[in-house]
Amino acid sequence: MSTLVIQDLHVAIDGKEILKGLNLTLNTNEIHAIMGPNGTGKSTLASAIMGHPKYEVTSGSVTLDGEDVLEMEVDERAQAGLFLAMQYPSEITGVTNADFLRSAMNSRREEGDEISIMKFIRELDSKMEYLEMDQDMAQRYLNEGFSGGEKKRNEILQLMMIQPKFAILDEIDSGLDIDALKVVSKGINQMRGEGFGCLIITHYQRLLNYITPDKVHVMMQGRVVKSGGPELAHKLEAEGYDWIKEELGIEDETVGQEA
Amino acid sequence: MTVETKLALTEQDVRSYSTAKQEPSWFAEYRVQALQAAEHLPMPTPDKTKIINWNFTNFPVHTVESKPFASLTELPEEVKSIVTDEQKSVYIQRNNTPAYLQVSDELTAQGVIFTDISTAIREHGELVKKYFMTNGVKTDEHKLASLHAALVNGGVFVYVPKNVELVEPIQVVFLHDDAQASLFNHTIVVADTNSSVTYVENYLSTVPEGSGIVNIISEVFAEDNAHITYGAVDVLASGITTYVNRRGIVNRNARIDWALGLMNDGYTISENVTHLVGDGSYGDTKMVTVGRGKQKQNFTTKIIHWGKHSEGHILKHGVMKDEASSIFNGIGKIEHGATKSNAVQESRVLMLNEKARGDANPILLIDEDDVTAGHAASVGRVDPLQLYYLMSRGISKQNAERLVIHGFLAPVVNVLPIEGVKKQLTEVIERKVR
Repeated sequence: MSTLVIQDLHVAIDGKEILKGLNLTLNTNEIHAIMGPNGTGKSTLASAIMGHPKYEVTSGSVTLDGEDVLEMEVDERAQAGLFLAMQYPSEITGVTNADFLRSAMNSRREEGDEISIMKFIRELDSKMEYLEMDQDMAQRYLNEGFSGGEKKRNEILQLMMIQPKFAILDEIDSGLDIDALKVVSKGINQMRGEGFGCLIITHYQRLLNYITPDKVHVMMQGRVVKSGGPELAHKLEAEGYDWIKEELGIEDETVGQEA
Repeated sequence: MTVETKLALTEQDVRSYSTAKQEPSWFAEYRVQALQAAEHLPMPTPDKTKIINWNFTNFPVHTVESKPFASLTELPEEVKSIVTDEQKSVYIQRNNTPAYLQVSDELTAQGVIFTDISTAIREHGELVKKYFMTNGVKTDEHKLASLHAALVNGGVFVYVPKNVELVEPIQVVFLHDDAQASLFNHTIVVADTNSSVTYVENYLSTVPEGSGIVNIISEVFAEDNAHITYGAVDVLASGITTYVNRRGIVNRNARIDWALGLMNDGYTISENVTHLVGDGSYGDTKMVTVGRGKQKQNFTTKIIHWGKHSEGHILKHGVMKDEASSIFNGIGKIEHGATKSNAVQESRVLMLNEKARGDANPILLIDEDDVTAGHAASVGRVDPLQLYYLMSRGISKQNAERLVIHGFLAPVVNVLPIEGVKKQLTEVIERKVR
């Protein structure tokens, strides 16, 4: 079993503090959902864990099986087992999806032990079929001209090809129609199990109808303010966030405010 | 302004070279006149690049003797990888020596002329006379053009007769493996009415450093309804100052597609002008380059619209590293009367180091109202968010940069018509950006 531990994490962007002491522990074989209204720091958490160049960790720690993640370069974090399905994946002209994926997979292997092209193509074909993606998407340039839904499927395709220990899914459900949402959920559920942990960041309960989380956390003002089981998500769906704010005496849940 | 230049070669030198090559007298006279003109004509003036201290006129010897190749198996490895066994029509020039020629049965049967320029001058005088520096590049344009005409010592002649559509590409390799050699190559590619041809040339130095100069002119003629695809990959060694002028004349409903991989390591002035003469003519220029070291280069690509409904597209992508500096001039010119024409261009420069420099100058000169035109230009660094995305999948920073750069140059690499040349260009890019 692997464990990702986030302790008292403070993160700033352009000098403005967004995360204000966030704590979270995620084990493999668990799926956690992070919910919360807009502007509470959910996406910042995802970006900070992966090492986005604009986000500055001012204090706190992130460790993966005791290893200091924050000391690692972005590629080292990925090599260590972290994966972030991004909300806005970059478009890269001239680099085909297939070439990119093969580079990503080979980056985890020793030189001379690269994945064989046949094996790679077989795996890619079967996973694209599973995600109901057009086969020509393998030869299209990475995310270039992809629709919103295609980009999200492509993130899940990468997840399934790379098979990380921990995946963070940053609003993977935003902009998806119900069919695409089902396909994306199917991909994530296939990953579920021993050796895989997942942090799903979402505004909506909708995705959690297809992927039942083990734990649900609510973020406000840059930290986790409430945690519970899947029933918490249902309650949020039915009653919204006001009862939590009331319970905790929060007037404005966004990060600009102090509790 | 006139500039007097003491030239290395005299009239007598030029005449005796012409005699040794058994050229007809009209060509000898042509050379002599050009030499005289060269003495007082001004240098070309590439926009935004000062070439006053560049060496375009001093070189150790006019011609060197090299050994021809008896068969393709004798080729050096670097050339073998470009010329594959499937290649049916290929010409190899070694320094200044015609070194190997293989013409496919298809070409011969259809009356295609594919030979070195010297043979063409002797055996196809009328055709050469019609096209050699008459309607394309003119000898009196500037000193380097006239010097070129006087000193031509290599090149190729390709003539595709009417209604002949060639499927297989014609391949030419200019091998530079003698550091002393200078190249004054003249290439003529003519596709007569309703014909089509794909021509791909390579300039390849296998010596690390050259002491000669290179002054190349290509004239490319697409007659009515003809289609020429012209690919070129230049990989000339440092130390060599290159002037390369590739010019196209596109007649009615004809088309020229250029794919130029300009990978010289020395100072280079590259001029690529396409005249869209005929109504409905089409010109497409794609160009990529990688500059490194302290190299200075100027790339001027220009499409001039004369014909109605003519369509011109320019796409240039350059990568600059170390202290290399390059000027990218892209010019779309629509002459009065060229109604319904469309001029589009895009120049993008990627800088890898603080001291690298790249200037993209998109220029539209429009003398007609009823046209459309557009341009886009950018100069910048590798996008940190692209690197972040690639690295977040485990790809190292170095490999991520490599992927982005290859992707950036892919639009030209991908359209090169010969696999071996495509692969070679990819490898050259790899070597240069590392």
